[in-house]
Amino acid sequence: MKEIVVISGKGGTGKTSLSASFAALSDNFVIADCDVDAADLHLVLKPDKIDSHRFISGNVAVIDKLRCEKCGKCLELCKFDAIKVDPYSMEYSVDSSSCEGCGVCARFCPFDAIDFPERDCGEWYLSSVKGGKMVHARLNAGAENSGKLVSLVRKVARKEAQKMGSEIVIVDGPPGISCPVIASVTGADAVLAVTEPTISGESDLIRVADLVRHFKIPLFICVNKWDINQEKSMAIESYSAKTGAFFCGKIPYDKKVVEAQIKGLTVVEMRDSYAGEEIKKIWEILCRQIL
Amino acid sequence: MTIAVASGKGGTGKTTVSVAMALSTERNVSLLDCDVEEPNAGLFLKLGQIKSEEVSVVVPSVIEDKCTHCGLCADFCNFNALAVTENKVIVFEDLCHSCGGCFLVCPVDAFQENNSVIGKLEIAETGNLRFARGILDVGKAMSPPLIRAVKKHLSKDRLNIIDCPPGNSCPMTTAVKGSDYVILVTEPTPFGLHDLTLAQEVLKEMDIPVGVVVNRHGNEFRGIEEFCERENIEILMKIKEERKIAEACSRGGNIFDVRPEMKEVFNGVLGKIESYARDSKK
Repeated sequence: MKEIVVISGKGGTGKTSLSASFAALSDNFVIADCDVDAADLHLVLKPDKIDSHRFISGNVAVIDKLRCEKCGKCLELCKFDAIKVDPYSMEYSVDSSSCEGCGVCARFCPFDAIDFPERDCGEWYLSSVKGGKMVHARLNAGAENSGKLVSLVRKVARKEAQKMGSEIVIVDGPPGISCPVIASVTGADAVLAVTEPTISGESDLIRVADLVRHFKIPLFICVNKWDINQEKSMAIESYSAKTGAFFCGKIPYDKKVVEAQIKGLTVVEMRDSYAGEEIKKIWEILCRQIL
Repeated sequence: MTIAVASGKGGTGKTTVSVAMALSTERNVSLLDCDVEEPNAGLFLKLGQIKSEEVSVVVPSVIEDKCTHCGLCADFCNFNALAVTENKVIVFEDLCHSCGGCFLVCPVDAFQENNSVIGKLEIAETGNLRFARGILDVGKAMSPPLIRAVKKHLSKDRLNIIDCPPGNSCPMTTAVKGSDYVILVTEPTPFGLHDLTLAQEVLKEMDIPVGVVVNRHGNEFRGIEEFCERENIEILMKIKEERKIAEACSRGGNIFDVRPEMKEVFNGVLGKIESYARDSKK
């Protein structure tokens, strides 16, 4: 079983459109949506939920107003500006979106007035989709620990693939280069970086490629909307060659991609789509390289 | 006055809008790029001389002579950043959130502060524009401390524009926190709508007023308009899908290169937001 992760550095470059198309071109696969912050894959693949689970992770501080003596110790100790004082009532409270769940305030409150319950961070689901299974999640508004949720989603996906005797796990990754991305790529068999031929696309690609190299994972690169800036596309292609990444194709700018999204279809299911044709070729190249 | 530009989803045009907003006014403005994982706003500005400084976080290091290996620090640490064996304490700097808990629980004061570099802060000034950005070191997991370092450059006597990271979790909330108004940039697709819905939910909870800018406007999808009407959110502006705008931005230009008349529209939106923010403070 091989696990391939689709990432991009920059958001909105077409990760999800590509991942969904790869699923449509495969049989007996597992696909995981690891962009738990802004999960969109379900809008295209329309999963049928088999089961759902709560994602409980870490803790959050809660001040009990009845026990609080307003001494200010918590305010003094909190390194995350998460303690709020109401200017009128002088009552203390915790801004849960800033609380990182370290527990310092709860432990050192002289009046034992701070509770530290476990934090409900969202849900994750196992679903069936046409031709395979899907693992996806929903992170609560402003919740923490997206890296942990990503690791969990990937673990469940791999386990499910083993159970099904599946050859391939496709992971739709998050944008950026920090915690959730690191959690998405560590230990994967291959990473496909999707980029756009723009100065920001190129800048983000270089950073994300550095990250993938840091973890010693084989890197594949493709350019989306390559004809927007052909010169930049060439530059990215030669960057791939120079750094030892495998360049596996260029997808043209095609209005059918947005049309597919609006219709709730994958790009490769759209008739006469130039982009769809190129995505098919890229998937064939990838499969030949990694399977 | 601080306006944050966010989007939920990446690639909708946050940076394009932030840069255009900053360039549309003659007043003193600070543009802070808080997308420290992929800071791009600077690519669209002519920055000239850049001042640069390292940003580090405080992590613990152990004074072996004092440590009794009692294990209280590792028991307390909620981030698994410490491991204690019979004769050694291991600090996993990448997991440490710098909460200071281990310093406080250690009964023999065996910890000392150690600085761990997570990235750098860059500042440049051109004309009426002051620019600051954070650049996270590749391989570092935690961006919020660096975002907070960039936000130290908010100035009270200027108009501040914050270019936020995508998504709806801790980096995004760290970036928008304390803003007077948030512009949510979206695009007319089901993905755009879905992520806009999530971002709006977060901002509602944080109690910050929002308005929407629709980028790449011009297809048959009506979901954004319907959502904004239902939630009573103003659509501040629609930017038409135009290949020449995409091409200009791909080369490091901005909207005004190909559509100079848009400058007034952006400036008008800015004025509108400022009067809303003033009214809501009254």
